[in-house]
Amino acid sequence: MQIRHLMNPLDFTTKELDDLFDLANDIEKCPAKYAHACEGRKLASCFYEPSTRTRLSFESAMLGLGGQVLGFSDAACSSASKGESVSDTIRVISCFADICAMRHPKEGAPMVAAGKSTIPVINAGDGGHQHPTQTLTDLLTIRSLKGRLGSFTIGLCGDLKFGRTVHSLINALVRYPNIHFIFISPPELKVPDYITDMLREKEIAYDEVIRLEECMPDLDLLYMTRVQRERFFNEEDYVRLKDFYILNKTKLALAKDDMLILHPLPRVNEISVEVDEDPRAVYFKQVQYGVYVRMALILTLLGITVS
Amino acid sequence: MLNVGKIEEGFVLDHIEAGKSLSIYHHLQLDKLDCMVAIIKNARSNKMGKKDILKVECDINTLDLDVLAFIDHNITVNVIKDGKLVDKKELTLPKEIKNIIKCKNPRCITSIEQELPHIFVLADEKAEVYRCKYCEEKFNNHLL
Repeated sequence: MQIRHLMNPLDFTTKELDDLFDLANDIEKCPAKYAHACEGRKLASCFYEPSTRTRLSFESAMLGLGGQVLGFSDAACSSASKGESVSDTIRVISCFADICAMRHPKEGAPMVAAGKSTIPVINAGDGGHQHPTQTLTDLLTIRSLKGRLGSFTIGLCGDLKFGRTVHSLINALVRYPNIHFIFISPPELKVPDYITDMLREKEIAYDEVIRLEECMPDLDLLYMTRVQRERFFNEEDYVRLKDFYILNKTKLALAKDDMLILHPLPRVNEISVEVDEDPRAVYFKQVQYGVYVRMALILTLLGITVS
Repeated sequence: MLNVGKIEEGFVLDHIEAGKSLSIYHHLQLDKLDCMVAIIKNARSNKMGKKDILKVECDINTLDLDVLAFIDHNITVNVIKDGKLVDKKELTLPKEIKNIIKCKNPRCITSIEQELPHIFVLADEKAEVYRCKYCEEKFNNHLL
């Protein structure tokens, strides 16, 4: 069997994603059925930069399937600190584990690893580039709670320039019909040109606005993002921009009753805590869907079926 | 008017944008070949006003036409054998280029792993846009 990797949300067809999400929903419904599915299998969790949610979500997913986890959570604890290349590291890790989740600050590093690996590699985030499992999480959350993927208006707010979750989500959503994108950001953090070029080429509707209030009544989904300190080259720019877009009860009063608020987390202050109790706030449910979708992904890439 | 003699076997690269011939000379690594090369700069052209021409006497299998197509696919490639024109090749933008340009994204994995080849993939043929295979950094061919 040819090894399959996940580098980009587009690596899976929409049909394959539907199958993956059906599996994730089944895991959600009957977790006990899958509790031993990965017994004797090991996940290498290779995190070259700090992460809490993604790393623990992968580890929780593997443990939930009865598998085991090994790895590192900082480049300083890996052979990278001795100058080992990603290609060499993955060759070694292929001898220790059955599947690998890799996060790396350099864009394209998991792709380099996949080229040399003899086990499936999952891109768990590469710099400001892609974060496909977050995208799968977002899609599963939308599909499970909205009942459909497509035919909605989605607002993406905050750091749209460096936010890899946003880039990955847009790339995935363009494959579904009748989606209208509204990009809400300061000019300094606008969505990159390759995204808007692609949308224009595919004749997909999008608008760019500066203020959140301008588009709030039109939204079926609002995807909030953090202005990430680690993506800035200097502290001054970060401090100036980080508080631009804060969602509070006053702004939320303009929204539809069934609008969903998503956030890849961690939240800093871009969503006031007063919003957390609103039924439209689904960002903590989203974290749980992240575990289910990673469980489904591990099973799929390992070719394990549970009857 | 300068006269440059005929070649027996090789290429005449015609309709090179004026001023680009030296860049093409280096990209084709003609400096590494032990063959006769004539670089004609700013030749008069009805079509282009002025143009550059390169005449290269070499085995006709030695030239990397993908490199040439990437640099300027409007160049006319005349193939010469036994002193006669035997073919005119049309250049099309290559789907993928390797180690011709470098990715300038400081966040790209190629910035720290020196042994990796710099591979760019044709993303938009009409706009002549290539993207780094690893990080998708844009490279516009018009900027060459």
